[in-house]
Amino acid sequence: MKEYLPILVVFLFVLGFAVTNLVLAHLLGRHRNTRAKLMPYECGIDPVGSAHQRFSVRFYLVAMMFILFDIEAVFLLPWAVIFRSLSEKLSRPFVYAEMMVFLIVLLVGYIYVWKKGVFEWNRG
Amino acid sequence: MFELPIQQLIFLFVAAVAVFAAFNVILQRNPIYSALALIITMCALAGTFLMLEAQFVATMQVIVYAGAVMVLFVFVIMLLNVRTEEARQDRVKYLKLVAPLLFIALLGEVIFVARSVTTTAPPLATTGNEPAFGTVESIGEAMFSSYLFPFEATSVLILMAMVGSLVLARRRTMSEAETLGKLIEESGKPQLTPAEPVAKLEEKKEEIAA
Repeated sequence: MKEYLPILVVFLFVLGFAVTNLVLAHLLGRHRNTRAKLMPYECGIDPVGSAHQRFSVRFYLVAMMFILFDIEAVFLLPWAVIFRSLSEKLSRPFVYAEMMVFLIVLLVGYIYVWKKGVFEWNRG
Repeated sequence: MFELPIQQLIFLFVAAVAVFAAFNVILQRNPIYSALALIITMCALAGTFLMLEAQFVATMQVIVYAGAVMVLFVFVIMLLNVRTEEARQDRVKYLKLVAPLLFIALLGEVIFVARSVTTTAPPLATTGNEPAFGTVESIGEAMFSSYLFPFEATSVLILMAMVGSLVLARRRTMSEAETLGKLIEESGKPQLTPAEPVAKLEEKKEEIAA
């Protein structure tokens, strides 16, 4: 656990930096609110309509695909880290095949969602 | 585990943040604020995992849960266009009486389990070639030797999630397309494709430019 102490120090420093700046700005800054200042920020242009609009279901699909391939990448990391050491205990082709079976099953899904046009914004 | 008081302090801090953020999730009326509070809860839970020597799980908690899953939550909130929850009369009155009893029962259960469980802290430094507990190496070793079958089964689970989410999302778009088609038929206008309004917009722009 001791090796995580520097991370804790950095974390506390970052937190302290952010909080200190906010508090100082609140104490030292002048509060003169104008109409333009209180407007919702929309990349510098005047807000167009309400922010409460229904999003397209495609955003959900893209987010879902992101999570699933994110999880796939998460499983790749420990495999890559222990590939050499585990190859000595088991055989190298076996350790390689372990991940390939996993990837091929997911490749089937990847081809399926590709063919269904999930990655194309204007289709479907 | 708690040989140093500083560790106890860090644990208390992280646990307090987790509990208060979790309360915030259910107390906020705006669903987006609830989602933000849930992110804080996830990060605090990552801290508790780190205290339990589970470094890999802690990292994944931040990357997968606080990152990816919360993106999905926010998208679903925006997709369903959930507005700020309105204060309303409780329809079922007796739930107010049942809820505290259930809470006390659950609390008693948790205390009973917490008192009966005695765990010893995992060894911090390991001798020999065994990788330290909770590291990427030790998890990889276990996952690709002892727990190989569950790992391979996970790929099928992910495949199911892929196909399932696509089917559900497509059904929604199909029903939307049907209602759109009906609206167009009723109005008696020619069928609109997504490209047509865009083309009309471009024409108008050109007219203005000319």
